[in-house]
Amino acid sequence: MDARLSAEQRDLRAAAAKLADSLGPQSVLDLSGDDDDGDGGDDAGRRARLEKAVAATAWRTLRSDGASGVEVAIVAEEFARGLVDVPYLGPVLADGLQASSEPTTIAVDGVAVDTRGISRALLLDGNSLRAARVGDVRAGVDLTRVSAEIVGPLQPVAVISAEHVNRWHALALVATTADLLGAARGAHALACGYAKVRAQYGHKIGTYQAVSHPLAEGIALIEGSVSVLRHAAWAVDEAAPDDAIRAARLAKVYCARTARTVCETSIQVHGGIGNTWDCLAHVYLRRVLAATELFPVRLEEVGCGLS
Amino acid sequence: MDYRDSPDEAAFRARLRDWLSQRAGDFPAAEGDQYWAGQAAWHRALHAAGFFGLSWPKEYGGHEMPPVYDVILDEELARAGARPRPSLGYLVQGLGRHGSEELRRRFLPGMIDGTERWCQGFSEPEAGSDLASLTTSAVKNGDDYVVHGHKIWTSYSDVADWCLLLARTDPDARRHRGLSAFVISMHQPSIEQRPLQMINGVTTEFGQVLFDGARVPASQMVGAPGEGWALAMTIVAHEREPAELGFSARYGKLVRDLVARAGERPPTADLIWAHVETEMLYTHVRRRLSERLDGMAHGPEGSLDKLLMTWTEQTVGHAALAEGGTGDPELLSAYLYSRSQSVMGGTSQIQKNIIAARILGLGAS
Repeated sequence: MDARLSAEQRDLRAAAAKLADSLGPQSVLDLSGDDDDGDGGDDAGRRARLEKAVAATAWRTLRSDGASGVEVAIVAEEFARGLVDVPYLGPVLADGLQASSEPTTIAVDGVAVDTRGISRALLLDGNSLRAARVGDVRAGVDLTRVSAEIVGPLQPVAVISAEHVNRWHALALVATTADLLGAARGAHALACGYAKVRAQYGHKIGTYQAVSHPLAEGIALIEGSVSVLRHAAWAVDEAAPDDAIRAARLAKVYCARTARTVCETSIQVHGGIGNTWDCLAHVYLRRVLAATELFPVRLEEVGCGLS
Repeated sequence: MDYRDSPDEAAFRARLRDWLSQRAGDFPAAEGDQYWAGQAAWHRALHAAGFFGLSWPKEYGGHEMPPVYDVILDEELARAGARPRPSLGYLVQGLGRHGSEELRRRFLPGMIDGTERWCQGFSEPEAGSDLASLTTSAVKNGDDYVVHGHKIWTSYSDVADWCLLLARTDPDARRHRGLSAFVISMHQPSIEQRPLQMINGVTTEFGQVLFDGARVPASQMVGAPGEGWALAMTIVAHEREPAELGFSARYGKLVRDLVARAGERPPTADLIWAHVETEMLYTHVRRRLSERLDGMAHGPEGSLDKLLMTWTEQTVGHAALAEGGTGDPELLSAYLYSRSQSVMGGTSQIQKNIIAARILGLGAS
């Protein structure tokens, strides 16, 4: 039994973190420019550079390149921590269904997700894999990723095995769980940074237990989330398919709750500012809410494996 | 990364499972006083069969196996319905790291094989979270030190042969600088035992110990005068780790019992959360033990682990209450006992102070 990341996996984490930190949005203003609107603002430039850098890594094709669920989760986590606002989750999951030369994302329940700059989406209906075109952008809670309508007619692509479907479902749960954890880590770091500079009553607020204790709880929740996610990510490829799904559901239920709690704490630690649009805390929370609703897990689904 | 047993681990697990299956009739059905009273015999039986002290040095009766074997032991004990392994790791680490070779040779073998029983004399009525303010004194008198003071929350004090005692040897030194550690015999007329009855009715787990002129040879001081605090910090750091305490498998056992009790009824939300948190803790302990293969130091991370363990136990406690109400004495006891987890071994508030200052760098309040 060994639950450690390999040296290569640690290197992958460092590389993904570096990319996210150098080219991810640093403020809410950084998110506002839209590369489609031709305003030529700084942000379009940042996002274009980010897109170019992510495309150059080939991380969107990790699965067809033979990488495990652990690697997919590592990149998803670091990208969420850095609020990376170009597609990764959608394309990497699409690649997990079938490799494609055209930029492709996935559609779930009739909605294409993570579609910025992408015009094709794969849908899974039972064992049948179909393709659709990406249509109009839909309003959504997430400020870092875009969802869209799908446009028919649906093209049959392939029929895939039951085991592939199950492992892919586990992968989808794990990837969205990693997104939850990464966003929680980002929100927590933001709050700790603020608590070290914001002063009231003559002291930095982080020195007050009323502020420091919820932040201490947050890092404990994050550490528990790291542990439960890591096992689920390993299980995607190494456990029996049913066990992989069971581990992934459990991880997602746990991390969805911890990530929401950590983001809410981050908003609270920021006080009034945390409740304004311009504070990044709600951007993390929104990403958490979106990742929770994508491949959602109900508590009863975790419980039904019990008896 | 591989969460499965290696061939060696699988062989160990099979051997342990076989041994446990032969002893299935010996396991206590319930917790409570009878449970605590049987710990010594269980300790000796486990050690005699080669299943205790797995990661400790061979020269003192251990097996020098990787830490992960403790997880296998805990899992199989819980699966069989056996008692958990005695939690001695923090005492072994404390004496092993801070004691002289002479003290280690004299005391570690009996501690590990269970022929000599131990308790730990740290907390006092006026020195709980603020341990460094303790006032129990040890005054040099010839070749001995003479001890006066009042210790509390002393697990197994009523059955212990030895106490790892923290006492003030220099009343003029400030706070923790004046503290020294001793191995003191509990078999002295000048030591008085007073039981504590906990909220679940158990009286044999914790005791109070009054020292009124008890003697300890100076040669049984652990470390040098004034070095007691370093030993205390080693011990509390180890005391905080779920991997040391072996509780996560016990929580899983209780959750499985609750599920079986629910029968055809769908599990309640409380019970499902207890399952989720227990599984989380299980993966967490495995990750922590794996990290030790890199020789990771025991730092403030233990406080994170202690919080996770506490939340899990108390979630399981709530599930026990939800399933059994107050009418089932065993489940009620499990619930009531869970409340002490956020106090014993350092309160949750102290853990959060440690995390805030030493992990998050938020500065002391």
